Amino acid sequence: MNDLGSDTFLRFDNVKKSYDQKSLVVKGFDMDVEDGEFITLLGPSGSGKTTVLMMLAGFESVTSGDIAIAGKSINRTAPNKRNIGMVFQNYALFPHMTVAENLAYPLTVRKTPKAQIKERVAEYLKLVELSDFGARRPGQLSGGQRQRVALARAMIFEPTLILMDEPLGALDKNLREQMQFEITRLHKQLGFTVIYVTHDQTEALSMSSRIAVFNDGVVQQCAPPAELYERPSNAFVADFIGENNFVPGKVITLEGTTAQVQTDGGTIVAQAVDGLAIGHACRVSIRPEKLFIPPTSHAHDNALTVRFNTRIYVGDFIRYYFKLPDGTDIIVKVLNDLSAPEFADDAEAQLLWLASDSIAFPAG
Amino acid sequence: MSDTAAGLNPADARNAARDVRRRKLQAFLFVTPLLVFIIFAFVAPIATMLYRSVHNPTVANLVPETLAALDDWSGNAVPDDAVLIQFATDMKRMANDRTSGQLADEINRALPGMSSVVKSTARSLRRVDDAEISANGATLLLEANDRWSDPTTWHALKAAGQVYSSSYYLTSVDLERTADGGIAQRDTQIYVKLYTKTLRMALTITVLTIVLGYPLAFFMAHASDGLANFLMVFVLLPFWTSLLVRTTAWIALLQTNGVVNSSLMALGITDEPIEMLYTQFSTIIAMTHILLPFMVLPLYAVMRGIDSSYMRAAISMGSRPLGAWYKIYLPMSLPGLSAGALLVFIISVGYYITPALVGGTDGQMISNIIAFHMQQSNNWELAAALGSLLLILILLLYWLFDRFVGTDNLKLG
Repeated sequence: MNDLGSDTFLRFDNVKKSYDQKSLVVKGFDMDVEDGEFITLLGPSGSGKTTVLMMLAGFESVTSGDIAIAGKSINRTAPNKRNIGMVFQNYALFPHMTVAENLAYPLTVRKTPKAQIKERVAEYLKLVELSDFGARRPGQLSGGQRQRVALARAMIFEPTLILMDEPLGALDKNLREQMQFEITRLHKQLGFTVIYVTHDQTEALSMSSRIAVFNDGVVQQCAPPAELYERPSNAFVADFIGENNFVPGKVITLEGTTAQVQTDGGTIVAQAVDGLAIGHACRVSIRPEKLFIPPTSHAHDNALTVRFNTRIYVGDFIRYYFKLPDGTDIIVKVLNDLSAPEFADDAEAQLLWLASDSIAFPAG
Repeated sequence: MSDTAAGLNPADARNAARDVRRRKLQAFLFVTPLLVFIIFAFVAPIATMLYRSVHNPTVANLVPETLAALDDWSGNAVPDDAVLIQFATDMKRMANDRTSGQLADEINRALPGMSSVVKSTARSLRRVDDAEISANGATLLLEANDRWSDPTTWHALKAAGQVYSSSYYLTSVDLERTADGGIAQRDTQIYVKLYTKTLRMALTITVLTIVLGYPLAFFMAHASDGLANFLMVFVLLPFWTSLLVRTTAWIALLQTNGVVNSSLMALGITDEPIEMLYTQFSTIIAMTHILLPFMVLPLYAVMRGIDSSYMRAAISMGSRPLGAWYKIYLPMSLPGLSAGALLVFIISVGYYITPALVGGTDGQMISNIIAFHMQQSNNWELAAALGSLLLILILLLYWLFDRFVGTDNLKLG
């Protein structure tokens, strides 16, 4: 028997899943979750994140490995015995019941006394600011209101964990931001543990305490949002989280955590990740907002000469498209103020950045 | 500029109204062929049937003068000679027109045994001289058959002579009008029993299709598209074969030396063949088979629209799967279930061909007796009354359904 870490709140231990008995959809997922954390599973569709969630909820069997809550494996626990609240993308509010009956459902199946149910329902309706809506049917609510009912229903029976499967996927942009705020508020106020699945990185970055980035059934990196954004551990994460430019080159020297890279436009300095070797091809990532166009007062370690391609006016900022000498596109985001420069077609320009803002990854 | 703020000016309003008119006309033209067809092929026949169930002018057309003369009859004794002479005159005319048979049939319905009386009287009066009838018609008539001296006979004639009568409806529910105008039970009790049996069989068939169809539809709705389509072919297969062929197949299966009996005997379960064909059992089993798609299709259509997340949500909240099904899935699939049940029930209440082929005497339903009155006993009025009663019964059930389940809870796809 493995040590399932009885002091750990929730542990995934080498969890694997196969649907067709040939290939793995989840290829050995490991993770420890502390009580009260907000964990997001982020990844493109088909990366295995929803499968992990369904295994945790008990709607999919675990092919191998263990999922343990407080040191006890729940692999063989029936889904209705797991005490896990769930919020679905389509809300899954029961259309033939009123909002109050929906909220009362998990308490009714637990045979909670009637008076207590009424009290709790009122309390949670108040919590999601829908006190006057108890008698309505889900069909009479707006998208945001339904989402809040779904949240309240997942919380009302005080589950060990709350799982959210792309809960904001069906909402428009404004409502989504509002609901992100709402979920964060409830999480802070009540302190429950959340496992949140999404393919929307903005959502993930703004809400989570930690994010696990999935690709092809493997977790690429699991880290707090800032670390994920600033120090991606591989090229997939660097590319998937936010926008990024990649400059191809060859490693010349490697000193501690800095590497010198030879590119077509000259030598540049970047931070090195594990797996980099002298003489091998590499890709240097720089975020579009970390690049500067002279004249600028920003400090810089690197400079490359590029050709202007086009610029797109977005509103709060302007996106410049340049081309490197080898033809690679490079994007620069400049705040829309008076300093945003104008270029003639094909004009030469300089791009400047700090070595600490760029990371060299092994190519391939 | 000011009128844009206020709304439409008169010219705009005219244009808008013309637009609406044109669209209405277009919509009407689209449904006109169907409307015409329905009026000719459905509304008109049904109306005729309803009318026929209370309207029978045959006797009134045959012997109008006799009936007019009978108006003054006291009803206690044999009518006056004037009436008898008039009737004898009419009988002679009918005997020569060869219409006395129609009268015989009509009176026989009101009073069994009268058919031969009328026919023999007509025969004996055919060659009598007109003057002789005017003089001695009453005596001749009474001599021809002594039943003419019985007031009951004349009551029967008078009753049959009514152009509008509720007697067919009374017969449909096993009642009859007595000589003094009251309503009493008929001697033979057939139709109420038959209606009850029909409803009971329809209910059994509906329940059976639910038992067989619900789990299948559930499985299909949650299977992969490929598997669901594959199974759908099997559900629809019965629609592609003739009804007659399917029913005959059941004859082959269920007959005394049929597949089922030989198998049972070969397995030693029974020593001698069980009589399964020409019973209620065979009617129910064959009709369940034939009507199953009508249950599965609406159920499947509705279940297909129920996302699996509803059940999952209920289970994640601590409900056991069966409890979640009962509280969540069943109410959500109810529109399909009630549509299917209503469809199967209404179709089976009026079903004809299967009970006619495999039902024998035990498995007959109300439509078979309606067909019998249309084709064999030539009592179209009674057939119309029975049919109208069936229609009323179905409308009543539909009304009950609407009261308790609600027609907005009905979904066919």
